[in-house]
Amino acid sequence: MKTIYIMWLRQIKRYLRSRSRIVGSLGQPLLFLLALGYGLGSTFKAAGEGNYFTFLAPGIIGMSIIFTAIFSGIELIWDRQFGFLKETMVAPVGRMNIMIGRTLGGATVATIQGLIVFFVTLIFGFRPTNWVLLPVLFLCMLLVALLFTALGTAVASTLEDMQGFQLIMNFLVMPLFFLSGALFPITGLPPALTALVKIDPLSYGIDSFRFLLLGRTVFGLGLDLIVLILFTAACLFMGNYLFSKIEA
Amino acid sequence: MPAGTEKIIEVKNLTKRFGDFVAVDGISFEVKKGEIFAFLGPNGAGKSTTIKMLTTLLRPTSGSVSLDGHDPARDPSAARRAFGIVFQDPSLDDELTAWENMEFHGVLYGVPKKLRRGRIEQLLKFVELWDRRDSLVKEFSGGMKRRLEIARGLLHHPKVIFLDEPTLGLDPQTRNGMWNYLRELNRTEGITVFFTTHYMEEADRAAERIAVIDHGKIVASGSAAELKARTKKESLEDAFLELTGKTIRDEDASAMDHLRNRAKMWRRGGR
Repeated sequence: MKTIYIMWLRQIKRYLRSRSRIVGSLGQPLLFLLALGYGLGSTFKAAGEGNYFTFLAPGIIGMSIIFTAIFSGIELIWDRQFGFLKETMVAPVGRMNIMIGRTLGGATVATIQGLIVFFVTLIFGFRPTNWVLLPVLFLCMLLVALLFTALGTAVASTLEDMQGFQLIMNFLVMPLFFLSGALFPITGLPPALTALVKIDPLSYGIDSFRFLLLGRTVFGLGLDLIVLILFTAACLFMGNYLFSKIEA
Repeated sequence: MPAGTEKIIEVKNLTKRFGDFVAVDGISFEVKKGEIFAFLGPNGAGKSTTIKMLTTLLRPTSGSVSLDGHDPARDPSAARRAFGIVFQDPSLDDELTAWENMEFHGVLYGVPKKLRRGRIEQLLKFVELWDRRDSLVKEFSGGMKRRLEIARGLLHHPKVIFLDEPTLGLDPQTRNGMWNYLRELNRTEGITVFFTTHYMEEADRAAERIAVIDHGKIVASGSAAELKARTKKESLEDAFLELTGKTIRDEDASAMDHLRNRAKMWRRGGR
């Protein structure tokens, strides 16, 4: 328990100390939100889909969570390069606790980042339809954050260095994001694309955000939660397994 | 504490291959409880690989290791409880303060809070970093980082402490202080010390027994006096050269070193 706590605390401290990172990682979601939100707004409205900015806001919250979460997981490679990983690896504590502590820390950071983006959308005039559902929303955000931090950790456990970083960006993070329906409605898509959207766990995360913020859903909150929980469990399991196999 | 006959480390036919390359080639040796043991060898001889296998960081290809009665490969948790290590390469968290790095280590090793806080203060004062305890490690010089790592390695008073070139880059004062502290721990708590070094006079002065490894094989072992007598040399340095030859060894820069450089560039550019 102490191990989990101290690993969690470390992630939080590192996050709070890198203010430039906090601000820096707000840039991209903000750009998407403002450029796309206002840029495509009239087209979206003309297509009869309503207010694009409102539609986009939950997707951008999801975007900031998945990016921060996967990066937090990938940070493991950094620890390996700078040698700190060895320090934790030879400590007489279960590797599972180390992995869980790290993952919880990363997930907390990603959730905070998502909350910041949520408050930013409020500043730009976004309003949830039902404020009472916000606590549930925060839980879903944490779940999504947990899922992708665990995924990032699992991937990072198999990588020796940052060379694979571009690969992860282009073949994991970007597809997960673009195929999730964060940017567009996922109804009435070509069948192949629909299939891809359906196997992307982030789709269910975004769908749950959209339901809790706007009351609109494709899969239903029940299915969203089941899929998210199953994926999170699978990623934690996989991350834990791969992490336990690391040799220095 | 005079070493007894009880063995705390027993290595038999230990081998590690990386593809075709045999880094450690069927070595056997033992270290007695309470002994100060030096493990010497030129660069790339297999010292660090051996230490990694002893400390659960690498799985041996074949052979067996017993550390305080536990097999690091089969029962890593039990083995980890028995040792502490100061690595050859840096292993601090740059984004944490000196004090936090110590605290983190103490918690991971289950040192009770009161004892931990006391020892952290004592050790940080000992390595003269107490005044800098709240500075981030990334602001430290190389020597300060090294001192902090040594302080951290001593925090939990393990049964065996591994020191992989601990005094590299340290000034004579700190080196001397470190050895006094280690001898004290060795005497009062019976801690076994297993260290590597390139400073032969350090091995000569500190070690009760020495093993020399070269090309993955142990070429000689015994006390400094025995090695000198065997090679008919005056100094341990000459004995060492006699045993391992005079060719200079290149250690391949590992992938890790390249990366570390790249990461540094990245960081410098990024901030």
